[in-house]
Amino acid sequence: MTIDAAPTVRVNDFAIKLANVNGTGSASANSLLMQAIFRMGIPVSGKNLFPSNIQGLPTWYEIRVNKDGHTARALEYDLMVAMNAQTYAEDIAAVRSGGYLLFDSSWPLDDDLAREDVTFLGVPLARMCLDNFTKPRERILMKNIAYAGAIVALLGIDVDLVRSLLAETFARNEALRESNQKALQLGYDFALETFDCPLPFRVEAMDATRDSILIDGNTATALGALYAGATVAGWYPITPATAVMDNFTRLCATYRRELVPGENEGDPPTVKNNYIILQAEDEIAAIGMVLGAGWSGARSFTSTSGPGISLMNELLGLAYYTEIPAVIVDVQRTGPSTGMPTRTQQADILLCAYASHGDTKHILTFPANPAECFEFAVASFDLAERFQTPVFMLLDLDIGMNDWVVPKFTWDDSFVPDRGRILNDEDLAGMKEFFRYANADAEHVAARTVPGSDSKGAYFIRGSGHDMFGRYTEDPVEYQEVVDRLKLKHAAAATHVPAPVVINRPGASIGIITIGGCDLAVREAVDELAERGLPADFMRVRGFPFVADVRAFVESHEYCFVVEQNRDGQLRSLISIETGVPIESMHSILAYGGFPLSAAQVVDGVVGHGIIEQLED
Amino acid sequence: MPSITKPLIPLAPLAKNELGLTIRDYEGAMSTLCAGCGHDSITAAITHTFWELSTPPHLIAKLSGIGCSSKTPTYFVRGAHGFNSAHGRMATIATGAAAANRELTYIGVSGDGDSLSIGIGHLAHAIRRNVNMVYVIENNGVYGLTKGQLSASADIGTRPKKGDANVVAPIDPIMLGLAMGATFLARSFSGDKEQLIPILKAAVAHNGLALIDVISPCVTFNDHEGSTKSYRFMREHEVKEVVTDFVPERDEIAVAIGGPETRSVTMHDGSVITFRSVPEGYDPTNRISVEEYIRDHQRLGEVVTGLLYLDESAPSMHQINHTPVEGLNKLPFEALCPGSAVLEDLMADFR
Repeated sequence: MTIDAAPTVRVNDFAIKLANVNGTGSASANSLLMQAIFRMGIPVSGKNLFPSNIQGLPTWYEIRVNKDGHTARALEYDLMVAMNAQTYAEDIAAVRSGGYLLFDSSWPLDDDLAREDVTFLGVPLARMCLDNFTKPRERILMKNIAYAGAIVALLGIDVDLVRSLLAETFARNEALRESNQKALQLGYDFALETFDCPLPFRVEAMDATRDSILIDGNTATALGALYAGATVAGWYPITPATAVMDNFTRLCATYRRELVPGENEGDPPTVKNNYIILQAEDEIAAIGMVLGAGWSGARSFTSTSGPGISLMNELLGLAYYTEIPAVIVDVQRTGPSTGMPTRTQQADILLCAYASHGDTKHILTFPANPAECFEFAVASFDLAERFQTPVFMLLDLDIGMNDWVVPKFTWDDSFVPDRGRILNDEDLAGMKEFFRYANADAEHVAARTVPGSDSKGAYFIRGSGHDMFGRYTEDPVEYQEVVDRLKLKHAAAATHVPAPVVINRPGASIGIITIGGCDLAVREAVDELAERGLPADFMRVRGFPFVADVRAFVESHEYCFVVEQNRDGQLRSLISIETGVPIESMHSILAYGGFPLSAAQVVDGVVGHGIIEQLED
Repeated sequence: MPSITKPLIPLAPLAKNELGLTIRDYEGAMSTLCAGCGHDSITAAITHTFWELSTPPHLIAKLSGIGCSSKTPTYFVRGAHGFNSAHGRMATIATGAAAANRELTYIGVSGDGDSLSIGIGHLAHAIRRNVNMVYVIENNGVYGLTKGQLSASADIGTRPKKGDANVVAPIDPIMLGLAMGATFLARSFSGDKEQLIPILKAAVAHNGLALIDVISPCVTFNDHEGSTKSYRFMREHEVKEVVTDFVPERDEIAVAIGGPETRSVTMHDGSVITFRSVPEGYDPTNRISVEEYIRDHQRLGEVVTGLLYLDESAPSMHQINHTPVEGLNKLPFEALCPGSAVLEDLMADFR
């Protein structure tokens, strides 16, 4: 990344960072700024780097604006909004040379903190709010909207647009609406009068987001589950997955609740919920509920994070071996153990691929953004029922909890869900006998019945050793027959999981493989590498088991890099184990400190690797 | 679990229930438990219960965890849908199954290891949720399949076959149930079918979770001197004062055996439970006095059996959640997916 110290004008290409204290109401001001830029039609991202805490600790929000859509996390900031005295020193140090720092000048800044290559912009936010607001709470909260007002002026954001956003947000609260508008104006006017606005880096309206929305992955996942027809959810609260069920609950209350008129005239209507959401006592119970419902033929799912997957392991093996559909949404966070609950990682890949004791293998999907969360959630329910097995959708905290600009979701009303092979009473009547695991189809899936079907279809589902008829067995041949089929069934899912995205470049001899939320950073890095004369082919895997293309991609490149967010190169290992390509043919580029990936980390990883010199020789 | 198919040899003409089915139609595979196991008597009582109630076998779901008790669902109602799950987790799976389809009768069979140690949290929460199911604990005080370790229900002083006497406090599922807000609590003895069958029938009719603790002696590991879960101890210390009758909804209520000391409770489905020979002052609907009564007898070394507590007014899981009567698993996709127009409107919220 080049450092540009000269004050040349840069339009729609910069990054700002806001340093706050958590629990002070800064989140709404920060997302207001991001939303305003989005509404101006400019590609933008907002990343919340927050502590595992409710009030009083440092928290940061980063906004990256990029006309070309490169909105992965930036590592250098043109403007720092330093609202947290605890972190002044590190926040001032993080401004790029030639950049700006906005601080609350109600109090003098320590001389030691000064930097000659950074322009300090003092705004007396606390004093302004003290003079203009009377309620103690307002005096604190309105500082946030006041700094947002200053930034609107400094970056050239359309102030009328921001005003209308505030009016929308506080449509039903006149007092708050007026306070916010006033605070916005205070900051805006001060900046206009005091500084040379706008700054050299600024926004100008574009038309790149007209057909896009601003949504987080957890909400998108809940929407996917709603559209997929999920009716039963069992869950246990955990960061960063909780919002999946919060949203599913909210959506179900709106779209799945009916009021049935009373039987007699004058009787009050009764509520009929076409769903049930059970907050379980732990994640073991959550997955148990999902399996009970899946066994019964309802589309059911849970959402959790790594610690929850650890607890679910026992019953995931039961589901695999007894062949019960289930969808498990894993919003990955930083492990191991409690780890860093509010930081992102992709370190549950192997855990999910082989969850539970004994020989197990699961189907995984890897969305890269909220649009794919919506799409893959629907696909995951189809996969689970088609292959009668647990399906994991692995997103991560960055995708799940941050707002992303993605294309509007659409729905095809002719969609028919794939419910898999289920025998009804009519089917059973035409059969001489029913055996649960017999007569598997070409994809090694046997037909199932659900409880309540005719007694001819009744059987005893069991996690203990069973033969192809579903009967208890301790016989080696009968046992192997079943587990061997399960292996083939898993392999057959390869062509049904979302296909990898491959983007080839002319003259590329290296390949870069990545997964999930690394997508944007790696694509940006690939562009930059090409500019540096190092063209690379790109592949993002989106599902497991791997389709043949994954192996072919690795084999068709002299050397591959695998970019992922965990310490041990889990995707690289999984590709090697499952496709047979030598692990040495792939080099890991890893970022696992808990923050979203940046293109610079990928570029540095590729450029700094010895193999590049060898290839060039 | 290993099991042996029962030969279906018709003997004398057997009586038929309302569905035209005989008791043999409600049996399952041959038991592979030890000869004389209390669990087999419970299996027989469950078999009779469903036959007498004329419950269509395919509308029964029988679930279990892991352990000797959890093998027994194979031994009753072969035409029912069965789920032998994982140790201690039966309640969670039953909860999900019941949630998805409220048309079935769910019966979970568990043991004291399954329910009072590894799965006690799930039992407690299934009680709280008032899951629509019958929950039978076949309680013998030991882990049979792993050869006789004492369980959490073993009384202080109980001697295992090998090793020292138990010194830690036992967990009583009835007391647990009272604390967790249970709506149906009964205790019985596997050797007493006359008492157990009416209790099971009432449990099936109950609107919510019906917990039945059945003392069921383990003939191999816990039927010796010094065990409070032995046949001999139970015969000598059982206090069968809370006698119960069950009259299904379809029968004339008038046939209920009444008397000056009789109390009746009408169940959710219209059937009636009658308590007879109840000691003066015993009120099966008063949580506090029930607890006191059981404790007083426990202090005397006595085990009170019968339908001990009943609250038919509390809402069940389905009532709490307003689930559709036809069952969530039967809703057509069209009733679940809001469609493209709604999605298009929704997208405006994310601008």
